[in-house]
Amino acid sequence: MIVEAGQLALTFAFALSVLLALVPLYGSYRASQPLLLMAKPLAIAQFVSCLLAMLALIYAFRSSDFTVINVAQNSSSTLPWYYQITASFGSHEGSMLLWVLMLAGWTALVAIFSKALPLLLQGRILAILGLINAGFIAFSLFMSNPFARSLPFFPVEGRDLNPLLQDFGMILHPPTLYMGYVGFAVAFAFAIAALMGGRFDSVWARWVRPWALAAWLFLTLGIMLGSWWAYNELGWGGWWFWDPVENASFMPWLAGTALIHSLAVTEKRGTFKSWTVLLALAAFALSLVGAFLVRSGVLVSVHSFATDPGRGLYLLVFLLLVIGGSLLLYGSRMHAVRSQARYKLFSREMLLWGNNIFLLTACFIVFLGTLFPLFHKELGLGSVSIGAPFFDQMFYYLSIPFALLLGLGPWVRWKQQQLSPLLSPLALVAVAALVLALGVMATLQSVQANLALMGLLLGAWVGMSALAEVMQRARQLGSVKQGLGKLNASHYGMTLAHIGFAVLVIGVAMTKTYTEERDVRMQAGDSVQLAGYQFTLTEVYPLNGANYGGQAAELDVSKDGHYVTHLHAEKRFYRIQRTIMTEAAVHARLSRDLYVSLGEELPGNAWALRIQVKPFVRWIWLGGLLMTAGALLSLLDKRYRRKQLAGAAQAGEQYA
Amino acid sequence: MLSRRQKRLSAVVLVLTLLGGAVAAMLYALQQNIDLFYTPSQLVEGLGKDKIKPVVGQRLRIGGMVVEGSVKRDPNSLKVSFDLIDTGPIVTVTYNGILPDLFREGQGIVAQGVLLDPVTIAASEVLAKHDEEYMPPEVAEALKGIRHVPPSQQQKADGGY
Repeated sequence: MIVEAGQLALTFAFALSVLLALVPLYGSYRASQPLLLMAKPLAIAQFVSCLLAMLALIYAFRSSDFTVINVAQNSSSTLPWYYQITASFGSHEGSMLLWVLMLAGWTALVAIFSKALPLLLQGRILAILGLINAGFIAFSLFMSNPFARSLPFFPVEGRDLNPLLQDFGMILHPPTLYMGYVGFAVAFAFAIAALMGGRFDSVWARWVRPWALAAWLFLTLGIMLGSWWAYNELGWGGWWFWDPVENASFMPWLAGTALIHSLAVTEKRGTFKSWTVLLALAAFALSLVGAFLVRSGVLVSVHSFATDPGRGLYLLVFLLLVIGGSLLLYGSRMHAVRSQARYKLFSREMLLWGNNIFLLTACFIVFLGTLFPLFHKELGLGSVSIGAPFFDQMFYYLSIPFALLLGLGPWVRWKQQQLSPLLSPLALVAVAALVLALGVMATLQSVQANLALMGLLLGAWVGMSALAEVMQRARQLGSVKQGLGKLNASHYGMTLAHIGFAVLVIGVAMTKTYTEERDVRMQAGDSVQLAGYQFTLTEVYPLNGANYGGQAAELDVSKDGHYVTHLHAEKRFYRIQRTIMTEAAVHARLSRDLYVSLGEELPGNAWALRIQVKPFVRWIWLGGLLMTAGALLSLLDKRYRRKQLAGAAQAGEQYA
Repeated sequence: MLSRRQKRLSAVVLVLTLLGGAVAAMLYALQQNIDLFYTPSQLVEGLGKDKIKPVVGQRLRIGGMVVEGSVKRDPNSLKVSFDLIDTGPIVTVTYNGILPDLFREGQGIVAQGVLLDPVTIAASEVLAKHDEEYMPPEVAEALKGIRHVPPSQQQKADGGY
């Protein structure tokens, strides 16, 4: 009953999204205020319908209604209640519904928070979001119905949730990631609406900026949680695999990062307009490419859902329509847009332009590396795979100039900057970075020219330059104490995000250089030395969990004779899904992780174990968190809200 | 002072140089990191129409079924060797490390490594995905005609894990 109600709610949502796509758009061409005013209630009603559908699905999972195919295949009655809830978005069908819900949520938020926007623009933005909603709700409804029943025959017990997804990180990872993915739909809708109206200016950029930032915030957090989940749950200590699906989320992130920087130029200087619009289109298009790659099954990856050619084709057509349609509109409208602002070669505009070039090159590399095997195979040249070393190498080359520019960027003024006033503070930062990097290397007793030195140098350069820049700005605004209070939130947000990047770079470089890893054969009582730590296997015994069995190993770790910690690693066998999971034991500190995974049982009462010491691996996620916090801080900047109102009053006449 | 046109031109030249450099570096890196996929028969008989055989020392990927009873372990270390087969010849894979959770005799796996001699591969990585029903698509394709029995349909003679 409830399930049918969910189905009905989703059908209503589809009808509402079609109305949302058509009514305000028609109204915008007839200049009809009542029709334009319809957009907001329609958007909110659509969200409520989607929410009801999702709640109905969660109800089906909680009540273990195995007549629903989706529930039978992805849940079981022995699953803990919180995983029953997350199982509702663990499958292809359920995750599509979550995707739709997020999209409807963003649409409703735009409807609620765009009071300041001119009615015409409001109507068009919501209509475009309605169109995108309609496309995805139709997909969920007709191609991957999460409520499909298998009556009259149904199983008495479900097939259980994939054990990989039975993890805390998995509760948070998909919703945040999807919030990010579909969040770029808002920037996309703003861009298309502006293309229809044919007007771009600083006011427009200021309206888009918070939305693009919010989407970027969620995408950053989602990717970071995904990496953290992979590290903890895949069980072998990797934090980024250059897996096609990871790449699918990384591409819109890179384009989105370029977008938020380009938007800054468009807002402050009224230039880079066509570029910004193109990036807004690209960020969303790449999100759709990601959705297509994950759901069509053209690429093989740990994440892929079951393949279904029909679904892939639908998404491909949808993708081509969105990209083709928006590029057509872009081509027909954008030639009229001219940027007036002038700027010199050494100016913030140019540096942000450089930032964009590097980010898009990175995006292109990821795109090429992800899709090359696909093309290679389709052209009949045989199956190939592109290894992580390709991406590692390319990103190493790219990060060096990128980080150097990043340290410089915030110091440089708009329009034009004289080199001489910057020389002495920057030289000071550079020397300090060198001292810091060498100092850290010296305490680790390994001063040599390697990746770690490069990472420390670049990280220290970016981080300290960001801090020094804040101090210098504060000094310009009077005393340091007064000045720090006067700087606005978005400036601190930028600084924090840049420091986050520095922390991330240091974490990646240190982990990659100094990780020590060894696969060993151990019997109870055996000891192994690694990176100064002594690991002793004390015992291995059978496990008996709610829906799994397997073995557990206990280890004691000591360093220089002092007891450090006790580790508990498991090898689980999930009975219903007949899947084996490696639950690694992790002892985390800011400076290093101890990571032990239990491998297979060997003849002679022995076990294979992988023991790793991973220095600074926490810094990778810490950096991601700092970037997220930076975006949040920028978002809280009160100037968006205040100026938005002021700007809208004057812009209202231009748009009407 | 540069005129507007000159500035544009220099910007375009800069972009093209960067792009060119990036593409060149990328192609070079790509060339070094492409691993061709072989099945045991392709490894022995050659790949494609021209029957190109890999040279000793080449990096490659190989996928096939683990031959029943071929897994040999070193009693004192993690060294292991096993045979792979698809439709014809058998090749040997040697590996030093932990085999993936789902490594089983009679199941499809993919190994990444270096060719030691024409029928032996020293693997640096052995992959078997996190699903017992999983069959690497390349292997599935190469094994057309041979029935792959998913473990869930097999008699549970071994009594589970």
